[in-house]
Amino acid sequence: MTLGEQYIAFKAIVIKEVLRFLRIWVQTIVPPVITMSLYFVIFGNLIGSQIGAMDGYRYMDYIVPGLIMMSVITNSYANVVSSFYGCKFHRHIEEMLVSPLPYYLIILGFMFGGIARGMMVGLAVTLVSMLFTDLPLHNLAVVVTTVILTSALFSLAGLINAVFAKSFDDISIVPTFVLTPLTYLGGVFYSIHMLPELWQQVSRLNPILYMVNTFRYGFLGISDIDIGLAYAIIFGFIAALYGYALYLLKTGHGIRK
Amino acid sequence: MTAALAIENLTKTYANGFQALKGVSLTVRKGDFYALLGPNGAGKSTTIGIISSLITKTSGQVRIFGHDIDHDFNSAKRLLGLVPQEFNFNVFEPVEEILVNQAGYFGIDRPRAFARAEQCLRQLGLWEKRREQARDLSGGMKRRLMIARALVHQPKLLILDEPTAGVDIEIRRSMWAYLRELNAAGTTIILTTHYLEEAESLCRHIGIIDAGELIEDTSMKQLLGQLDMETFVLDLRRPLRALPPLERGNVRLLDETTLEADISRDNSINFLFEALSRHNIEVLSMRNKTNRLEQLFVHMLENNGGDKA
Repeated sequence: MTLGEQYIAFKAIVIKEVLRFLRIWVQTIVPPVITMSLYFVIFGNLIGSQIGAMDGYRYMDYIVPGLIMMSVITNSYANVVSSFYGCKFHRHIEEMLVSPLPYYLIILGFMFGGIARGMMVGLAVTLVSMLFTDLPLHNLAVVVTTVILTSALFSLAGLINAVFAKSFDDISIVPTFVLTPLTYLGGVFYSIHMLPELWQQVSRLNPILYMVNTFRYGFLGISDIDIGLAYAIIFGFIAALYGYALYLLKTGHGIRK
Repeated sequence: MTAALAIENLTKTYANGFQALKGVSLTVRKGDFYALLGPNGAGKSTTIGIISSLITKTSGQVRIFGHDIDHDFNSAKRLLGLVPQEFNFNVFEPVEEILVNQAGYFGIDRPRAFARAEQCLRQLGLWEKRREQARDLSGGMKRRLMIARALVHQPKLLILDEPTAGVDIEIRRSMWAYLRELNAAGTTIILTTHYLEEAESLCRHIGIIDAGELIEDTSMKQLLGQLDMETFVLDLRRPLRALPPLERGNVRLLDETTLEADISRDNSINFLFEALSRHNIEVLSMRNKTNRLEQLFVHMLENNGGDKA
């Protein structure tokens, strides 16, 4: 395929993916907005008002970036894992496999679909958060790049999960038993400086900590970790997951007999 | 002349050790209408799966219009359209969107994709349904949607894996007419089917796969020429109590108004009518008792190791 044709093919996958989640917006966009609104009311307003300042910010202001990031992570992952597994289950992945689409383009197409959903949900949750707080904006570039890179990372992770999944149960195991605990322990609700030294070091092994803190830095200008290191870790994960996803598709794992 | 499809020594052994193909070689000429027949589990769908990159082959070579599917998959895939046995589109997508997406995967930009989709949907009688979700189509319409999708990038080789399974005779005949038109316009077609009258009526060449091996690869004319006897059923105008003695042919009275006659291909059928006329027996209609191809097909499979059909 020429570069122009590859761009058309890539666009076709992204459009298909975006139309897919927009067609079922009540299931894809609305629930995270409602969930996060409850977090804002309960943890931010009711409980947060009883908690003192965190790193110089009101508790509500402190947790909002983390909650936005939490919805971005969950939704970019959920978008690709369910869409790609659905393609496998209903066999319309074959539409792509019989075409001259290179595998890397299939991965990028699904990844950008996941980024689109992550960003759309992130934006919706941000808008709702404005009802509860006047969120400062320290660095727009950091906010935008973090949300794009994080949703790219979790889209790739979702795709790999879908490649291995053999049933619909398999696509909910990782979000339930891995993603949710890592997110809750990734500094969304607290600073790791509040933990004993040992648990601070353990927390540093959690990749979500770096994304949440970088995102929080973009809004508030505060972070538990070094921003440069955070970017390096995010890029490293993206490269590793992309390489692995490409290897899986090229070898036909889970998609070809 | 470059063959539309050339397969050499194709083998496939699945992870569970089942050997689905044991060195299949076949050639389909450009412009041909080729029937690939065989009982269930013979290896037809595996062969098609390998040609269309849905199944990884164990060994062998596949070339589509001279393009190797391993080394030149881009050109090979552009020339190929596939209509698989099972519905494999997103049932929640509107009909038109399915075709436009498929065209996009082949690098066709959206304005051209919409134009191609319209052309294909009109040709297959689905244009009025373009805005409906695919799940709302009838079974016959879904089959036609699969054909329309396979044609949206204008392939030169179209493979149809049991395209008329489960559709009524009216739709089946309209699909036959469309496929004939397509073939006449230059598209090479490979068809697998369990309706042997379909293969006999449409195809010029035939390959028969059994237990992972190609046991026949010849022209339909030559294959049917192997039949030395045909059985006809004759419906009579007036009831007959007993059959008068006839000089030639093995003729039986099935019931008062039905005769069955075995006629050697060396003989003209005229003698039978002359003999019946002499006895004042009037024939209302006549038909083949069994499909000729079916007769041969069953015979070949029996010779290849038992009745597996």
